Amino acid sequence: MNVLRVAKIVFGGATIFFLVAPLIAILPLAFTDSVFLNYPIPRYSTRWFVELFTAGVWQRSIVNSLVIGSGTTVLATVLGTVGALGLRDRQLSPVLAIIKTIFLLPMVVPAVVLGVGMQLMFARYGLTNTYLGVIIAHTVVAVPFVVVNVLAVIQGIDRRLEQAAASLGAAPITVLRQVTLPLALPGIISGAVFAFATSLDEVVLTLFVAGPNQRTLARQMFSTIRENISPAIAAAAFVFIVGTILIAIVLNLSRRTKATAV
Amino acid sequence: MNRSELNKRLVSLMLVGPLFLFLVLFFAVPLVSMMKSAVSDPVAAEVLPATARAVSGWDRSSPPSDEMKAALVADLRQIGEDQLFGDLVRRLNSAKSGFRTLMPKTRAAALEAGGNIDLVALDRRWADPSYWQAVTVATSSTITDRNLLAAVDLQRDASNTIVALPPDASANKAIMIRTFVMSLTVTLACVLIGLPFAMITASVDGWKRQLLLGAVLLPLWTSLLVRTAAWFILLQDRGPINSMLTYLGIISAPLPLIFNRTGVIIAMTHVLLPFMVLPIFSVLIGIPKNLMPAAASLGAHPVRAFLSVLLPLSLRGVVSGALLVFMSALGYYITPALIGGAKDQMISSVIAYYATGAANWGMAGALGLVLLAATMILYAIYLRLSSDREARP
Repeated sequence: MNVLRVAKIVFGGATIFFLVAPLIAILPLAFTDSVFLNYPIPRYSTRWFVELFTAGVWQRSIVNSLVIGSGTTVLATVLGTVGALGLRDRQLSPVLAIIKTIFLLPMVVPAVVLGVGMQLMFARYGLTNTYLGVIIAHTVVAVPFVVVNVLAVIQGIDRRLEQAAASLGAAPITVLRQVTLPLALPGIISGAVFAFATSLDEVVLTLFVAGPNQRTLARQMFSTIRENISPAIAAAAFVFIVGTILIAIVLNLSRRTKATAV
Repeated sequence: MNRSELNKRLVSLMLVGPLFLFLVLFFAVPLVSMMKSAVSDPVAAEVLPATARAVSGWDRSSPPSDEMKAALVADLRQIGEDQLFGDLVRRLNSAKSGFRTLMPKTRAAALEAGGNIDLVALDRRWADPSYWQAVTVATSSTITDRNLLAAVDLQRDASNTIVALPPDASANKAIMIRTFVMSLTVTLACVLIGLPFAMITASVDGWKRQLLLGAVLLPLWTSLLVRTAAWFILLQDRGPINSMLTYLGIISAPLPLIFNRTGVIIAMTHVLLPFMVLPIFSVLIGIPKNLMPAAASLGAHPVRAFLSVLLPLSLRGVVSGALLVFMSALGYYITPALIGGAKDQMISSVIAYYATGAANWGMAGALGLVLLAATMILYAIYLRLSSDREARP
């Protein structure tokens, strides 16, 4: 039996190493002084962070990512939350079941296929090379995450709470505002975070739909890796990874406090 | 159905309405335009506008009128590019064979002579209504199967039968096979790593389980681009992996890890592994904990108990995970584009090339259609399997 135990520890450890080590290994490289992404690091400096936040192309792409990410978050969260409210019944009618499948479909369709279609269609309506076009494209792929997250929470809401509010004379809109939405808030927040993260990470649709003026951080990273790799990539990756860990901690804490409050 | 029930349904439909409309407009319509570009070929109507007008009034059986002939000659004189003319000939030939010789001859004559020319004297075929019927069909219908056939390395030959493309012109089938093989390799690697890992995760609890799950979730939440960038840096000739191996004296020259198949498979396995572990894990934790002891108490050897109890039960998760991984791998673009070499590009890269590089929307659409169909079929199977699971007690 001990052999099995050792095998479990070795295999588990090796897999954890495979999963996590790549992400950790590139963190120190963000602080290199050299122009090469190699170990050992000759001297430590923050020059690549300075580059990331001050060089024209990078700075602009960060601003673009924030603008497009915010637009996507607002649009996807509003559309996704309202849509999820319509799908909250556990036993969906056939029509609604099909609609739910459609709502989740953008997660599955290969990005390049969607990108080709969007480029063709957006060109016809003058949406290519516009911020609105990029926000719409990002919203299409971000909205399923909002629907999934909001649904997960509102399906757990005790309907009697809303019935109680209604029986006490609250109008449907009041019930929605005072009871349903506050209870759904954790789902809405995590949906919004996912929507923002999806937009931040989206490259393929951006390649097809955005012009040089809408170059996002992810798009800029993509072409930097492709054309001339620089340690600014490691610095950007550092920001992404640390940001991810922070967001994960915040989401976890908000869920914990929610769980203890109820 | 009573009134309040009806009301509730109405409210539900009103709530899903906005998102439904949004997705029809910006998700369904783009996909339909892509499919349309795959089967549309407006070249004849665009290149022969006067002829198109002239033949529209023709009854399709009487001898061709002088007006039609004059329009055709005028149109042929207008064509500037040889490329465009070639497209036109191909289009007409796909409607009726014979145009491949007839058209260049007619065009040359039209360009040589200044005024009107006698088409029938030039070639008897222009007196044959069936050739004009082909022109009518080509200019009025803009549907073609040429791109779809080319997507699977087929074409119509001179006699309009479907044949294979010559080997030097056929690259798509090879790319599809490559995409399939690479996706399958990644899926297998994910099963081999993911299944034991999920089993280990399910067999422990407390902080150990948190640690193991966290190791899966951290990469899942990290940006795909960042993970690809990480592998790009790690796999370089002078990157951390090669320097470490050289330092340890295991290798003397750097292993070629980047811009080849090995690198792409490693990076894609890393990116997709969570999609394998999580479905298996969720199936495993649903299995009653006392099954293995029960098998043991009935005298089954642990290996036998594993093979005939735990493995079959976890198979459901393996199938879901494998479908998810395989489906995602088929459409991968970023990882092969950055980590792979020219010989490791998958179907998505080819689609992107046709769309952005060559501006050949027909081919981009046709290959996109193939990829979309494959993905949708796999997704339907996946949905079927997961709804089966929900239906079971």
